[in-house]
Amino acid sequence: MSHPPLEGPDARYAAFLNEGRLCLQRCDGCERHVFYPRVLCPHCGSDALTWVDASGRGTVYATTVVRKRPEEGSAHNLCLVDLEEGVRMASRVEGIAPEAVVIGMAVTARIARQGEDAIVVFDPS
Amino acid sequence: MSGDLRGKAAAVGVGLAGIGAAPGYSHLDLTAQAVKAALDDAGLKLSDVDGLFASNLQNVFAPLNVGEYLGIRPKVTEGTQIGGSSPVAHLLWAALALEAGLCDVALICYGSNQRSAAGRLLSPSTAEPLIYEQPYGPRYPISSYALATSRHMYEYGTTREQLAAIAVAARGWAAMNPVAFMRDPLTVEDVLAARMVCDPLTVRDCCLVTDGAGAVVMTRSERARDLKADPVYLLGCGHAHWHRQISQMPDLTTSAAVDSGKRAYAMAGMGPGDIDVLELYDAFTITTLMFLEDLGFCAKGEGGPFVADGRIAPGGSLPVNTNGGGLSCVHPGMYGIFTVIEAIEQLRGSAGERQVKGAETAISHGNGGHFSSEVTAIWGTAATL
Repeated sequence: MSHPPLEGPDARYAAFLNEGRLCLQRCDGCERHVFYPRVLCPHCGSDALTWVDASGRGTVYATTVVRKRPEEGSAHNLCLVDLEEGVRMASRVEGIAPEAVVIGMAVTARIARQGEDAIVVFDPS
Repeated sequence: MSGDLRGKAAAVGVGLAGIGAAPGYSHLDLTAQAVKAALDDAGLKLSDVDGLFASNLQNVFAPLNVGEYLGIRPKVTEGTQIGGSSPVAHLLWAALALEAGLCDVALICYGSNQRSAAGRLLSPSTAEPLIYEQPYGPRYPISSYALATSRHMYEYGTTREQLAAIAVAARGWAAMNPVAFMRDPLTVEDVLAARMVCDPLTVRDCCLVTDGAGAVVMTRSERARDLKADPVYLLGCGHAHWHRQISQMPDLTTSAAVDSGKRAYAMAGMGPGDIDVLELYDAFTITTLMFLEDLGFCAKGEGGPFVADGRIAPGGSLPVNTNGGGLSCVHPGMYGIFTVIEAIEQLRGSAGERQVKGAETAISHGNGGHFSSEVTAIWGTAATL
């Protein structure tokens, strides 16, 4: 007897990333986008959430450089990016020095591999 | 309706233990020492305690572990864990349980040997992974507060020097507190030149990592008047939380303290202008700054200039974190209970060299998580009833 694959919203989101797609949920009720993935819209409570492809266009909302002791490796960027769709996600901007990431900077999403996971990072637009 | 609890319960005993470093003692040992000190202060015994309000970072079942160690059998127990604000949040439930007659003597306590037991705490980030943030290497909780700081600086022009003034003010108060962990002189330049942890926060913008425990005993006000110490009355208490993780915080420059503060002020029938002393949870310099704004002591965005000139330091017009705060006195994982104890000491007039003369009202403000849970309590002397 076979079982259907476990496919909650977290798993669906990860599966999309593994297919090379950054997808968000959009609420059929209030038409707002939702991130992180859920089974209920946190804006209106509807359970009618539909997956849509994200534009990948965003703006840095807040940023920091996580410093480390020498034996822990080099410092890295950690930021919050507001996507054009109105959702915010934690991420990092790559391709420039971590200190060079500034609030208001236009950035574009890219799906990167990190170990076994596909994750969303951003490049300066 | 919320005014019904105003002044109905009072703190009648406080105790501290293991402030700073207490190697060789468990978090329960330290908690029990603080409990004994608080009960002695109140002239009550362990066997009088029938309401237990306990939280810590070592036990998921904190009230069970604390109750068992103390050998008490509470009729009412509460262990809500919403981060560092938890003991402040427990005040409201203690007052409600006392007023309802569910218990007669409420014990609120917290203890940690975070400094001596480094790395052996129940870490919220491993017990409860935040899967949409952790792939990016946050250094919890500092990186979350650093992100909020970056946004406050961007929107309002807040400077690192202004933030450093908060750490300097806290150190000034700590210098007058014999139990404070760090009492050496500190300058703005020292803060700026300290090791950067998460830009723009240096290690001196961040709270201490210490051991320590605190306990508060509360009774109904009519009984409080017959006990040893001058009662300090709980005039108001409000809770609020809007998010768990920093990436879900709606606006990184405004915390849910705007709501917890409004609720506490409404219950107390007071506003910011009525408050003499502030004990604000200073996990980081940015938290003091934002709570001054969110609790109405200055306008949103004006926290930087507000603190820059020594206003909150000893000798300034608004005494804030008079024990030295989490930045310079004590921060054993969760600091909330210490905002309560220092407020009570100030209103009893028992704060020694750091006593704010004529203080009749005080705020204890607790913060938890990543600017996540906010709890505001307002205390007053008998003159405020």
